[in-house]
Amino acid sequence: MRNARVLMTAALTSACIGLSGLSTAVANDNYSDGVVRIGVLTDMSGIYTDLSGRAAVEAVRMAVEDFGGEVNGVPIEVVHADHRNRPDVGASRAREWYDNDGVDMINDLSNSGVANAVAAVAKERRRHAIVNSSSTIGITNDYCSPYATHYTYDAYSLAQGTGKSIVDDGGDSWFFLTVDFAFGHGLERQVSEVVREAGGRVVGAARHPLDTTDFSSYALQAQASGAEIIGIASTGADAINAINALAEFGVTPNQRPAALLLWFDDVHALGLETAQGLLLTNAFYWDANDETREFSKRFYERTGRMPNMAHAGNYSSTMHYLKSVEAAGTDDPDAVSEKMRELEINDFFAQGGYIRPNGRMVHDQYMWQVKSPDASEYDYDYMELVTTIPGEEAFQPLEKSTCYLLED
Amino acid sequence: MRLLTWTVLAVGLIALLAVPFFPQVVYPIFVMKTFCFILFACAFNLLLGHTGILSFGHAAFFGSGAYITGYCVKYLGWPTDLGLLAGMLAAAALGVIFGALAIRRSGIYLAMITLAMAQLVYFFYLQAPFTGAEDGLQQIPRGTFLGLLDLRSDITLYYVVFGIVAAGLWVVWRTVNSPFGAVLRAIREHEPRAVSLGYPVARYKVLVFALSAGLSGLAGSMKAIIFQLAALNDAHWHMSGDVILMTLLGGMNTVFGPAAGAVLVSAMTHYLDPFGAWVTVIIGLVFMSCVLLFREGIVGKLGKILKLNTNFQTDAAPAPGRLEKSKSEG
Repeated sequence: MRNARVLMTAALTSACIGLSGLSTAVANDNYSDGVVRIGVLTDMSGIYTDLSGRAAVEAVRMAVEDFGGEVNGVPIEVVHADHRNRPDVGASRAREWYDNDGVDMINDLSNSGVANAVAAVAKERRRHAIVNSSSTIGITNDYCSPYATHYTYDAYSLAQGTGKSIVDDGGDSWFFLTVDFAFGHGLERQVSEVVREAGGRVVGAARHPLDTTDFSSYALQAQASGAEIIGIASTGADAINAINALAEFGVTPNQRPAALLLWFDDVHALGLETAQGLLLTNAFYWDANDETREFSKRFYERTGRMPNMAHAGNYSSTMHYLKSVEAAGTDDPDAVSEKMRELEINDFFAQGGYIRPNGRMVHDQYMWQVKSPDASEYDYDYMELVTTIPGEEAFQPLEKSTCYLLED
Repeated sequence: MRLLTWTVLAVGLIALLAVPFFPQVVYPIFVMKTFCFILFACAFNLLLGHTGILSFGHAAFFGSGAYITGYCVKYLGWPTDLGLLAGMLAAAALGVIFGALAIRRSGIYLAMITLAMAQLVYFFYLQAPFTGAEDGLQQIPRGTFLGLLDLRSDITLYYVVFGIVAAGLWVVWRTVNSPFGAVLRAIREHEPRAVSLGYPVARYKVLVFALSAGLSGLAGSMKAIIFQLAALNDAHWHMSGDVILMTLLGGMNTVFGPAAGAVLVSAMTHYLDPFGAWVTVIIGLVFMSCVLLFREGIVGKLGKILKLNTNFQTDAAPAPGRLEKSKSEG
């Protein structure tokens, strides 16, 4: 009886070992588990759903389909999950994907807290993460690694774009309406620095909690400050509410609002009547040229909405990752990381874009002005180009980055 | 029947111990997170189920544990074990403060006082320079446990967390099944009578507050070590709501019922993820049907069906009516 049991255990154990051996033998040598798997970790149920969410997953799927669905004969798979704007949920999902589910690269990463947490996991697990929809410059500083890439924009490029252009244009006294969070503080600090460097001055700031609906007292404070420019250091619903309140209280015609992070979707939500004249720094606008129009039309057909810069970044960065995998002939993270930093990015999203050693993708940023309702000729005809900010100026200079990879 | 229970328990224990070796079946870090919630819910139930105090501010203890441990380990360079201890003690101290103020009222008023104080704590963590606000306190090193066990390995960490949670649950069980626990139940059932019998009721309440807060803090501390980050949502009032949900789903008249609730809630949020925004709706529906169909919770109902009372049920008193009663007293 006892012998039989021992035999049984031995048989079971060897079967287990045999099975695991078999599964590794089947896989292609150069590709972990024989599939290149891309995970889209985004907000599916909270405040950033509209900015990235399901459309971000579609953008990545489009890139995979346009690439042909396989790279060097190895199939590409796309999975997605909701981080619910909780850094711990995002980090645990990322860990599980990297450890268990064979995910090679995680894309999108809205919400700065989640992006930082996932970048830390990516560094530890030595797998790729590409940040497209959040602004934290931590990705290319304290959280940097050969595996983290910050693609579309960051807080620095926003400040350089909107802040600098407005001061150069004569708007030299600033008052900030800041969302009372690390994101808002960071943006306010970046822009204040740029404003002071350019010879302007900051007269004050009012801080409001996230998800504020009543901006009346803040609008009056802004009015009383007498500043020429009201810098709005928030995004999404908060920025929309603030701009609306400034208009309702008659602040806007005399003092100009400058939205520091305004998305294409926000302009759509505000309507041209309220948003006209606003300046915004975006890395992408659907109606910029024939290539962007071609992509945007296809995107619109699939999702029923025009892409914003994060969606375009999701597509472009996925393409770039796949091209790097193809060129490297493997999905080994180190080899791919090297290729990603070596190959130049030329598509509808970026011309001559390249990735710095600290993971920053350098490409031109654009400053747009929202058209007046009369000037808008067709649906979604919302913005016109004011200036192009060359990539080298738009992003944090390498010598200022605290990334450990730059030390030697 | 007895034998069946023990067999089920033994098989369950072996399965839990084997988890780190089969990451494909169930992900160990998810199990560790669930362990933290199990301890949190059982500690919370010391107040709700066993003393009849509804605290709506337990996220403050959970979050404080996480932040204090994170701060001690990351910035002060303390070893992980001392960090966990510091987190637990800080949360317990906070529990004494909460308790001393809140027990002056009862029912809904007590809940509101704890909520208000938890919001104070939340805004402290939102603004304090070391927490990183909504970005969270990140990159907390895992370090070593007792200078011997390297916690960077998920397998070692799993057994350490398992051991600490088991010890925490033992404390909960021991508290409930002690003369102290009997006094708590006396307070729950008829407070004026407990007073007339000469028990210093206020002191008992503050003590159980501290105990519950300390264990909740320990759960939060471990979560900070597991994920290497302490985030603002640990201290957000949603977390206070989640723990009430877990406790009620599992059954608040049982010692380990909240554990079942914690497993159910974290499994739902984990595995129903593909449904996106529908997860919250599904959890809401499950909660509603639970309240309507079996108010004594999953374990309470199961216990009734199986008639196991000695081990899992402290008494057979029906759950409904208690909260309403304390409300009307307040």
